[in-house]
Amino acid sequence: MKTESRVLAPAAPLETTALARRRDRSATFAFWVFVAPLVLGLTIFTFVPIVWGLLLSFSRARGTIHPGAWVGISNYTSMLSDSAFRNSLVTIVIFAIFIVPLTFAISLGLALLVNMAGWGRGIFRTVFFIPTAISYVIASLIWRMEIFLGLPYGLANMVLGKFGHTAISWIATAHPPWYWLVLVTVRLWLQVGFYMIIFLAALQEIPRDQYEAAFVDGARRGWSTFRNITLPGLRNTSIAVLVLSIIAAFQAFDEFYNVMGGTQASSGNISLARPPLVYLYQVAISNLDYGRGAAGAFILTVLILLVTFGQARILGFGRRA
Amino acid sequence: MVSLPSTARRERVANPARTGRLSRARLSGLIGTIALYVILIVLAALFLVPFYLIVRNALMTQPEITSFTWNWLPKSAQWQNFRDLFRDVPMGQGLKNSAIIADVTFVFQILFASMAGYALARIPARGREVVFAILLSTLMIPTAVTFVPTYAVVSYLGGVSTLWGIIVPGLFSVFSTFLFRQFYLDFPSELEEAARLDGAGYFRIYWSLLLPNSIGIIVALGALSFIFSWNSFLWPLVIGQEPSSQTVQVMISGFLTAQTINLPELFAGAAVAAAPLVILFLILQRYISEGVRLSGIKG
Repeated sequence: MKTESRVLAPAAPLETTALARRRDRSATFAFWVFVAPLVLGLTIFTFVPIVWGLLLSFSRARGTIHPGAWVGISNYTSMLSDSAFRNSLVTIVIFAIFIVPLTFAISLGLALLVNMAGWGRGIFRTVFFIPTAISYVIASLIWRMEIFLGLPYGLANMVLGKFGHTAISWIATAHPPWYWLVLVTVRLWLQVGFYMIIFLAALQEIPRDQYEAAFVDGARRGWSTFRNITLPGLRNTSIAVLVLSIIAAFQAFDEFYNVMGGTQASSGNISLARPPLVYLYQVAISNLDYGRGAAGAFILTVLILLVTFGQARILGFGRRA
Repeated sequence: MVSLPSTARRERVANPARTGRLSRARLSGLIGTIALYVILIVLAALFLVPFYLIVRNALMTQPEITSFTWNWLPKSAQWQNFRDLFRDVPMGQGLKNSAIIADVTFVFQILFASMAGYALARIPARGREVVFAILLSTLMIPTAVTFVPTYAVVSYLGGVSTLWGIIVPGLFSVFSTFLFRQFYLDFPSELEEAARLDGAGYFRIYWSLLLPNSIGIIVALGALSFIFSWNSFLWPLVIGQEPSSQTVQVMISGFLTAQTINLPELFAGAAVAAAPLVILFLILQRYISEGVRLSGIKG
């Protein structure tokens, strides 16, 4: 913001007002040319859909994407009283309660371990980070068809078999809900490396002399330096990791769809753990009820915003930085 | 700040005098190092297991995979699994679609974001603050949730079952725009002034001064964008309703959720879909880490 006034300042007094105005106009022209693709694109594919979606959510829109058959808020009341939709909200909250703290603890732990390593640090960093290159579809495939395959030749059941345990049907069992183990571990494998990289960068920005001063005071590497120097130094990064991982968790779709089986209620076990996006997919894309689908999307958006802001309030403003 | 354990201090002072013999402090340091590496190696092995399983199963026969005794390696590598895969499913089409989508997204998303980022950082114009505020507000919208309304618009425009319907809504990244804006704000203004004195306008300055000097951030954000669009699933699933517009992820998912499954071909498909990205990742890892770090700062 400051820089361009510096660019213009030296020349300004010499210019006539007409020249300055022409220059002003050319700057405005250039500005709009440069932002035009982004602004146009966002208008068509973000702002128009929001308005269109709002109109749809107040319309009876079955098998049509055109709003107009106004039904008031009945799509919203119908979604909120739909036990399948409410269950999907419960499912995603449970998922977030598992995945967010685990992601936080494991990615921070990996960052600390890798940061401590001298020899081979780069290799370990790469190994933990590389799952970022793999898609949820492929990871779900490995988890479902090999690691947690419900048949005796799946990897987890092979290991159980070595201890004389019978095979477990990991994905299709309702009680106990072993499928949570599958869904949580697949996301952990995919995303902890990503957050580890963020933590590693932040760890390297903590000034070394803070530790050195503590060592001179007689502190040893360990819990007290971690609590008094490392953790406060990671404050902002921790908030960023929590916010990013919560928003991502609430929008989970890929691993639920692919691990629990397609969207047809008849095939697969999706009804055991169906997150909101999978349910919205079924309502809007499979059953062509765009009105209820749009209403559900807005309800979920409000929920995500509430959780994000609520969390920012607790973490961001509750304590002094 | 930190309490003073006096024994620790004495040990530290005494250490240099005891060279040659293994002091208690050095021994515990050694044990700590060994423990660290044992933990790291075990964890690294666990993280690599899924990669091993893809390769193993992609090169085995169905009876070998479903054998009740564990086989670490295939008796002989079944390369024809890959030939069968391309014969049985239109994998070539899926790979081509994914490559087109990821390439076009990468090029235009970065171009549009850097253009807008430059304008927001460097061109003084009326309305700039308003544009910035409006863009900022879009960051609050959870992107995946909007798939239902966006589907209505893309469907209205005739984009269902087309590649452009998958690509175009993903070309406009406010997130990357802000990272570019930050980058251009930090760009030394002296260079820009010198170019201006030479008579260069905003377009020349952007194209021949700023863009060539942002290769690092372009590769960092571009690689992340490429990985993200190659691996994305929900939107290509919603739009790619016919094989001609299906990505490799959608094809493998269809394969996975089908009733009858040929395991070797399934894993061969996973290997084919994952290999390009793993290679890209290993080559560009330094830049990708930088992109991730930037995401963390902005997030």
